Parts: sequence; structure tokens; C-alpha cells
Amino acid sequence: MTIQFNDESFRDDYSFHNSERALKRFPFPFHEDSYMYSVNMEQHRGGPADSVYEMRFDVDEHYVSEMKDRAIVLDQDPLRCQSLPHMTLAGWDLLELIMVSKSEDYPDLFELHREGDQWRWINKPLGIDDSFTFLDETTLPYGPMEYITRQAQGDFAVLDQRDDMLWMDAGMVTTQADWSLDFDIGMNFFEWHAPVPKAHEMGIFVRALKFLLNIQQGAPARRLNWTMTVNPLLDTSPENYHKWGIQKTTLTPENIGRKQHLRVELQTFFRLPRSNALVFPIRCYLCAFEDLMTVPKWGRRLHRVIRDLPEELATYKGFIDNRPLMLDYLSQFDDGLPTSPGIWPDLQSEPPLQK
Amino acid sequence: MSKFEFPPSILSRPIWGTLEPRPGKHHLMIADAEGAEAILDVATAEIMAQCHIIFIAKGTGFSEKLSQLNPAQFYEGPSYEAALPRIHRVLLDGHMGLQVYLAGTEGLMGQAMAEAMRAGIPHTAIQTEHRGSTARRMQCVHCKGITEDVETDPFVCKHCGLNLFVRDHYSRRIAAYQGVCVDAEDHGNIPPAKGIYQ
Amino acid sequence: MSGAEKIRVRVSEITLINALVTRFRFERCDGADLPTFSGGAHTVVEMQDGGVTRLNPYSLMSDPYDQRSYTISVRRDDTGRGGSLFMHQQVKVGDEMTISYPVNLFSLDLRARKHLFLAGGIGITPFMAQIQQLERFGTQWELHYACRNKGLGSYADELTSRHPNQTHVYFDDQSQAINLPHLLEGQPLGTHVYVCGPKGMINWVRDTAQGLGWPQDNIHYEEFLAPQPGKPFEVKLAVSNKTIQVGEHESLLEAMEREGVDAPYLCRGGACGQCETAVIGYDGKFIHRDHWLEPQEHESGKKIMPCVSRFEGKTLVLDR
Repeated sequence: MTIQFNDESFRDDYSFHNSERALKRFPFPFHEDSYMYSVNMEQHRGGPADSVYEMRFDVDEHYVSEMKDRAIVLDQDPLRCQSLPHMTLAGWDLLELIMVSKSEDYPDLFELHREGDQWRWINKPLGIDDSFTFLDETTLPYGPMEYITRQAQGDFAVLDQRDDMLWMDAGMVTTQADWSLDFDIGMNFFEWHAPVPKAHEMGIFVRALKFLLNIQQGAPARRLNWTMTVNPLLDTSPENYHKWGIQKTTLTPENIGRKQHLRVELQTFFRLPRSNALVFPIRCYLCAFEDLMTVPKWGRRLHRVIRDLPEELATYKGFIDNRPLMLDYLSQFDDGLPTSPGIWPDLQSEPPLQK
Repeated sequence: MSKFEFPPSILSRPIWGTLEPRPGKHHLMIADAEGAEAILDVATAEIMAQCHIIFIAKGTGFSEKLSQLNPAQFYEGPSYEAALPRIHRVLLDGHMGLQVYLAGTEGLMGQAMAEAMRAGIPHTAIQTEHRGSTARRMQCVHCKGITEDVETDPFVCKHCGLNLFVRDHYSRRIAAYQGVCVDAEDHGNIPPAKGIYQ
Repeated sequence: MSGAEKIRVRVSEITLINALVTRFRFERCDGADLPTFSGGAHTVVEMQDGGVTRLNPYSLMSDPYDQRSYTISVRRDDTGRGGSLFMHQQVKVGDEMTISYPVNLFSLDLRARKHLFLAGGIGITPFMAQIQQLERFGTQWELHYACRNKGLGSYADELTSRHPNQTHVYFDDQSQAINLPHLLEGQPLGTHVYVCGPKGMINWVRDTAQGLGWPQDNIHYEEFLAPQPGKPFEVKLAVSNKTIQVGEHESLLEAMEREGVDAPYLCRGGACGQCETAVIGYDGKFIHRDHWLEPQEHESGKKIMPCVSRFEGKTLVLDR
């Protein structure tokens, strides 16, 4: 399996695009025709071949361009990556987890050579070949968490576990769904989720916390989450909201298929062995509406989900103003036929659009 | 009346308590303005014998009453910034069992709490009591600048000049609430400012 | 069965430490590396004792970064239900066993300016791993270790010779005792205290520290309880629609597992909270022994921890 890395941008001219293959493996987040919060956790131990679930850390055609975009964000605002002093060991844990996983899962792209604490890491797509001493920060160009997450797609929240609570004490956050690491660092699980409407009253976070506290070594978990983004913009940060917010008002019936993107987070959770911390990688996948509509099942279902979503959630996810425009567009792809259960495209068995 | 009932809010918003005497070998009390009243309410001779009071009067006349409590150490500072080196010094030398009491404005309590936490005291063990002004200390999420004593929503960031709306989302580390651009999706459309609790 | 992931290991070394304590070394059967862990973690050891499967938690005491082998120390309990006796009498070098992945319910608070360890007897074992972890990073720590006498002071000599300035050992038979108030009062802000030992010692440390104004978040303790034998009793399991008998020498959790009713667990010692079970109805009295439920919950008659707690009376119906 070789990956052709795209040369594309997530800003300015927005040349981001999904290949046919990327579209087929897009993690469509709705397993039925409606959506409500749920803890929806499952074990993260592989999945169908070439799906985003197959490897511990999925590497896809956007890898090199996403890493370039991350470097731009960090140049402009280094506060997007922070680690409180006691989290350095967890940073090494994360570096080890990613290096071991990627070198085992993608041996043609990544190599890790270890002689005791003397490590050599080769990242072919990014042209990196570094030797360093494990657990010695002075031998790396950045702290261990920053070093490795400049080479791994998705955001990373590293959570300390103390007193039956999780604390967001370190992170690399440049592709976030509108939350600020600089502001939220040091908060506990309930505090950083405080702005999410409804879910607290539903007991979602109490149940989720209980589940996460008990994730053990060797038994990672995963779930999907989603939101909407106009333009394939990775850096939808509150820090830059005054610059990108206006883009939400640029949708028209003519451009919506191209500009409106469904933004899916593949969230995974791993217990880190040396620090007993928990790492929460949040991997972002973007897909334009017009590409999604080429899969008949997803066209039918997305229309129904967006149509029936409670107002509060559409507001929180930031697309309440654009919902009428979205529904006008999506309804063209809903012929009322039933859909098969589960998230997979089922291209062979689902009928084509009947209108 | 220096007490104010804050409306119920989201889970990141701090809930201030009522000071009560706690066992401990040493006591550190930091207050501003009407916060002095909370200290006067909680003071006992036993606590005062091992207590260090740091007070920022902000034009109020409580200093004399506080010094009459006969604390082991009493300091009145002209501003929180002026008192900060002293607070650092006291915390650096502190031992386990030190009790910390904070009273007054949210800005004062928040900043002093952040210092005590950095010294190793968990926030759950730090007592607080709100008195006096309900103005907020706000961080601009865009430029990171802090605007003190914000009383209206929206308000203008004194560093970058953006019009920001006042969130209840609060960071203990920064000791501030979050301010976010109010007209990002409709430039120039700024709602009229009203009191935060109106 | 529930619980953490499993690893097949071979017993590679058995060392008699003293009259009561034996140390076991495990290496992986497949020759691969064991997972690293954090100091304070335990493993659950499966023992096939005749027809009975015993699952006992033991603190890992080896260097957390040594991936070739794990060591645990087992104190013989002649009046217990037989887990420790099985380890002492039946297990031989070369035996294959199953252990769980490391699980940590007694983690270091890595923000601490200083770590203060208080150990009683076999409670020394988690600290052995934590000390090795901290030594690697040069973090401040201090150990106060109370044992019955010199002969039963497991690893006291080793610790004293390796860390003479940080290790303080107290022997009961020489009337030596930790001056706890003095010790606690002198600690710099940001110190965390950890206690592992008998229940009385844990309560003494918690009460003294709280009385001196220590924040609760800075006080950490771990005590794994071994399930105690008791009168046999009958339980109705509503979800699985079974009525089962709990024998004198087995726990409620073990009886459920024997009948094929799965309850999640991590520690089997009343600490992790995983096996918490709702009570649907009862007529009789509970013998609660766990550290997990709050006293009000114990009194409410609505919850039970089947790993260590028992029941005496007419009927008990559980939500399992």
C-alpha cells in the first residue's frame, strides 16, 4: 500500500481535495438517520482494511500538507502547543507510542531503531532522520510531545489522571473545533467541556469520564464526533475566529456543495504506561458536501440528520444560520428511500438516487 | 451590601464560598476592598496569632479594623501587583498545612489562587469568598491581553481594540474569563453594551 | 472474563526474602518485552488451584522501565483463603502463569515538589517501583518504613544501603515509631504523602494529615483487601436470571464468575470500583469491606462491591 501525498492547502486558495480512495474511507459519523449525543465508545483495535480504523494512527494522503499547515500555525502562535511541567514524562510516552505504532504499521514510511536509550527515528515523507537519547529532552529540537506531534496528524490532548479526574495538562491543538488550548490547559474534564450544551444534563460527561478513567494499558478506545466547516479550514481556532468567522457567511446555493465541509473527528484514547496519563488524539477528516453526495446512502442520511437536529446543537456546532441553505442543497439527494444501518457507504447494496 | 448572588452557570465558572476557620499551623489571608469584611467575619484570636494578612484597600477604610485583629503579620499594599512579590515570598517558604483564605473581587481571588496553586496547594483546598465589585478580569482569546474590571458585555479589548463578548468560561490558570470577538461573522454589527448581570 | 488485558508469563526466579515473604520474577513466555508501567501499578495474578481459579492483585515492585521481567512479593497469609499459600507452596520456577497488564490505582502525583512515602510491612512493595521511577529523574522523596522486627523488614537493608539519606526504618519490637505530626509539619508546600500498609496505619496517616490542615488531594493511600471467608449465602441475579450459592471460602465476585456471570473488575480488592453492583432487594445485613463506596452508600443498602463484601440473611437480589 503506497500513499500518494497530496500537495494542497488548508487556507488562502484552499486546494485541499479528497481522492476517490480518500472519499471511500471517509469516516462518515452517522450510523442511523438521526443524531443525539452518546458516549458511543468502542475498542480501538483495528478495523476493515484501508479504513481509518485499521491502524493505531491513521496516515493518509493529506499527511504532508497537514504537517506543513501545523508548522505555519505554530510559527504564528506557539501557544497552540503547551505542556505543563509535570507532563514531560507523558510526552515521552506519547513519542514512544507514536514512533512504535507508525514504524510497525507503516514500515515503508517510518523506521525506529533502538539501542537501549539511543534511538534513531526516520520519517521518510517529511524527510526527517534524527538520533536522540530517550528521556533526555536536551537531545531533541523540541519537547517530546511537540516533536512527535509535529509529525502526526490531528490534535492531541494529553490528560493527567489524578483524584479520579482527568486534567488537560498538555496538548498540541492546531486543527480544533473552536476551543483554545491556551485557555483550557489545566482544566478538568467537566470544566473544559463546560460550554457544550445539553450533554451535561444528559449525564453524558459523567458516563464518559467513568469510561475514560478506566481505559487500561493495551486496550485503547475510539469514537467519532463531528461538526461543520465552511471551506476546508483546519485551523478553526477561537484565536483566529475574528479572521475566519466571516467565511461562514459566504455560502450561496451555487457554491455550497464545494465550500461546505462535514468535519469529522476520530477520537482515540490510549493509556500511557510510564506516566499513567491518557492521550486523546483528535484526528480531523474533512469532506465537501458535493463529494459526500456521490455516496447515495450518505446523501439520504445527511439530509435527515441535519433536518432533525435540535436547534441547540446546530447553534453549538455553529451552523444554525446556514442550516436552511444546507437543507435546500441536501434535500436534492434524499429520495425518501430507507438506509442501511451503520456508517459504511455500502455502495454495492444501496440503490442509486431515485430522482 | 457587599454580597452578590451569582446566577447559576456552566461548570467552568468558579463558585465562590464562605470563609470558615480551618485547622492549620499557619494562615495566609489575601483580600481587596470589601473582602476585608469576610476576614473580619472569620477571624478568631487563635487564627490571628498565626496569620499573615495581605490587604489591598482600593480606597476603602478597612485597614484599621483589620490591623486591630492583631494578626501575626499585617501588610497593606497599594495594588495587587505591588503585593505580588511578597505573596511569592510567603508561598515559597510555606509548609504543608498552610491555610489560604481569599476574599474580595474575582480578579484578586483568581490571581492569588493561581499563585497558591503554583506553590503546590490544590485549588480545592483554597477558601474563597466574594465581596464587593462584580467586575470581571477578561482575557481576549485573540490577542491574549487581559482587560481588568470589565463591567459590560460586550466590551472593547484594551490591547487589540476588538469588540468582545463576555463568556462564563473561566480559566483558573489565567485567572480570567474568556472574551471572544462579537462581530466576527458580521463585521461592525456590535450589540449595545449592557451590564454583565443585567 | 473481564479485567485488564492478559499476558502469559513464566516464573523465572523465586527468592525467599524472609520467614513470611517470597519474591517471584516473571518473564514473558513468547520472549517479547513486557509493557513498561508507572510506579504504584499492580498486576492481577491468575492461579489455577485445583478446580478453583484465584485472581489476586500484587503491586509490581521491579524497575518500571525493566521490560525483561516483573517482580512481585507475596506475604504468606496462613489464615487467608489460600492465594498466598498457593504462591508459596505450589508455584515453581518454570511454571507458566497468566497475569494482567499493569493497572495503576496508586499513581504518583507528578506535580509534587516532594514525595513522602509511609510503608507498613508488605506495603513497601509499590514504593520499591516508585522509588526507582523517581530516582531516574532526580525527584525528591523520603521513605518512612515501619516493620515488626529486623527479620521481617523486607528490603529494609537494601533500601537503607542504596538510599541512606532518604530511608528511615522503624522496628516495632524496638519500640521505634514514626513521629508523624512532626514529620508532616515540616514538609514544604507541594509535598504529597503516600501510605500503603494495614488499615489502621492508613487511617492514622489520613486523620493526622487532615488534622494538620493537609489538603485531601495531597494524601494518597492504597490497601488491597483480600476477600475474607464468611458464612455461605444465596444470591438471586436478576439480569441473568440465576440463583447462585456463595461458598464459605469464595467471594461473591468469584461465585458469579464460576456461574458464568461476568462482572468487570480491575483490582479485586475493594479499591477500583469496577465491580460495583446495584442491589434490587434484600432481607438481611451487608458486610461491607471495600474502600470504594461512601459510608452513606454502605448504609443505603443499594450497592455492594462483590469482590470483598458479603451478605448474611434471607434474600439478596442483585442487578447482574
